Amino acid sequence: MTTPPPSLPTPTSAFGARVRAWDWRRALSPTGNTGDAVFRAALFACALLVLLLVGAMIAAMASNSRLSLREYGFGFLTSSEWNPVSGQFGALPFIYGTIISSLLALVISVPISLGVAVFLVEQAPRRLARPITFLVELLAAIPSVVYGLWGIFVLAPLLRRYVEPPLQKWLGWTPFFQGTITGIGLLTGGIILAIMITPIISAVVRDVLAAVPVTQREAALALGATRWETTRVVLANGGPGIAGAIILGLGRAIGETMAVTMVIGNRAQISASLFEPSYTIASVIANEFTEATEAIYLSALVELGLILFLVTFIINAAARLLVWSVTRSTSGTARA
Amino acid sequence: MIEPRAAVPQAEQQQATAQAKVSVRELNFFYGAAQALFNISLDISERLVMAFIGPSGCGKSTFLRTLNRMNDTIPGTRATGEVLIDGEDIYAPGLNVVDLRRRVGMVFQKSNPFPKSIFDNVAYGLRINRLTTNKTELQDRVQQALEDAAIWSEVKDRLKASALGLSGGQQQRLCIARALAVRPEVLLMDEPASALDPIATQKIEELIVELKKQYTIVIVTHNMQQAARVSDVTAFFWLGKLIEVNATEKMFTNPNEKLTEDYITGRFG
Repeated sequence: MTTPPPSLPTPTSAFGARVRAWDWRRALSPTGNTGDAVFRAALFACALLVLLLVGAMIAAMASNSRLSLREYGFGFLTSSEWNPVSGQFGALPFIYGTIISSLLALVISVPISLGVAVFLVEQAPRRLARPITFLVELLAAIPSVVYGLWGIFVLAPLLRRYVEPPLQKWLGWTPFFQGTITGIGLLTGGIILAIMITPIISAVVRDVLAAVPVTQREAALALGATRWETTRVVLANGGPGIAGAIILGLGRAIGETMAVTMVIGNRAQISASLFEPSYTIASVIANEFTEATEAIYLSALVELGLILFLVTFIINAAARLLVWSVTRSTSGTARA
Repeated sequence: MIEPRAAVPQAEQQQATAQAKVSVRELNFFYGAAQALFNISLDISERLVMAFIGPSGCGKSTFLRTLNRMNDTIPGTRATGEVLIDGEDIYAPGLNVVDLRRRVGMVFQKSNPFPKSIFDNVAYGLRINRLTTNKTELQDRVQQALEDAAIWSEVKDRLKASALGLSGGQQQRLCIARALAVRPEVLLMDEPASALDPIATQKIEELIVELKKQYTIVIVTHNMQQAARVSDVTAFFWLGKLIEVNATEKMFTNPNEKLTEDYITGRFG
């Protein structure tokens, strides 16, 4: 290659970018290629759209709940009185119902999901693993209203007849299993949620465990580990990913509306007993939105929506942080 | 083809007169319908290093993994014949595979430390097999293993740090320490230095020579110089068959088989 004579002032040398003032292609893409620049701009627009959507949702909810925010302030979160007729709005029973039913769902679902995932990845012969995986994923695709119907007509009577009486008989001395047995309440809501999030958690955990390198299993086996001990090594490897899967399930449980509404009893109260009816944030919004004729009523419901959004956001952020801190200390493990 | 069993190397006659640590008799191995090993018969003597050489896919790794039944983890595999360790057939029904793998340790091609601390990695085998009764003993055994693997001086100040922070060569020596901690009778090494740089490789090789004083070592290697440097006996595999077993010195200067000579001199493979 011949270099241009230095006296020539033209800015188009082999490394012309340094000379040129500004070029939109270079600003958008390090290669300076037109196609790459357009590609990058399109991708950036997609990402921006998501950010704008989130921002717009927060803005809309905040502005529509202005009335209630101003009227009740922080007391909205701590008051347990919800009486639209007398104009009293407190969110605590809904927050309580949402969190307890979701935690209940996790307590039931996580061990089962881990069991399903470990069985599929570590134990099941391939001929069995494929159809089971398919069925598990199919469960996740059932509409939530169908789960709700099943909850009302099958699960609630079952619990009322066969599960709740013995629970009360043996564990009735604890505050959790007292009160009237109806089959409709916090326990039923938690169980239906557990059934709904199990396919999600187990599908993600299955992928996480399948991504754990075979060499980790072989390392354990070669040291005289049993299947159980090897599985524990695999689970430890997938730790951060499993945490992510659980958080995903929790997020789903917190936001789930239809099925829970149908079986939880929809009564705004705080009771330690799992047999008592309860109410979740998502349920109250769905149930009462059409009845909210007064501005302050509507505003209080929108503020509930804002709280639900923030709770979900905080849980997700906390989970990310947790996963991040764990992966940082033991980098190189599988993650979701 | 020579009779492999007759090929007990002269130079090692003295040691070989003692009963072989591992004795393989007419071993065939199948992946599904595909046969990977054909009628392998071979004796491995105690406190010697035996190297397996041969082109890729010749079955040497498969053969190595039959010695601690690691192939059991692959669905659809099957072995026929006998593998005797101290006269006991490890493929006999009812044999405790977990116990076998504690007695026959293994180091893999790619270092595979657990995402745990350096200490916990080495302590793992001791803990799951309940080989120590108290904390002091556990610490002593871990230190001993790390010293045996020639990595103690490099990690003694950071035993609680994650093993994944070590360099590739250190990770591999850590894996060797982990395997040594349970004091196996036989140590299998599947190309232990193939992913390492020359300096780390040299350290591993020096380690192998040191370790053979206490252990029976079987090493698979692609590197013929490595086989020549570290091993006492070399076995040459080709297309799933054992072509020749001989004292390493003889193997690399004057092999019995034409095929071995062609491979060693680089005419194929």
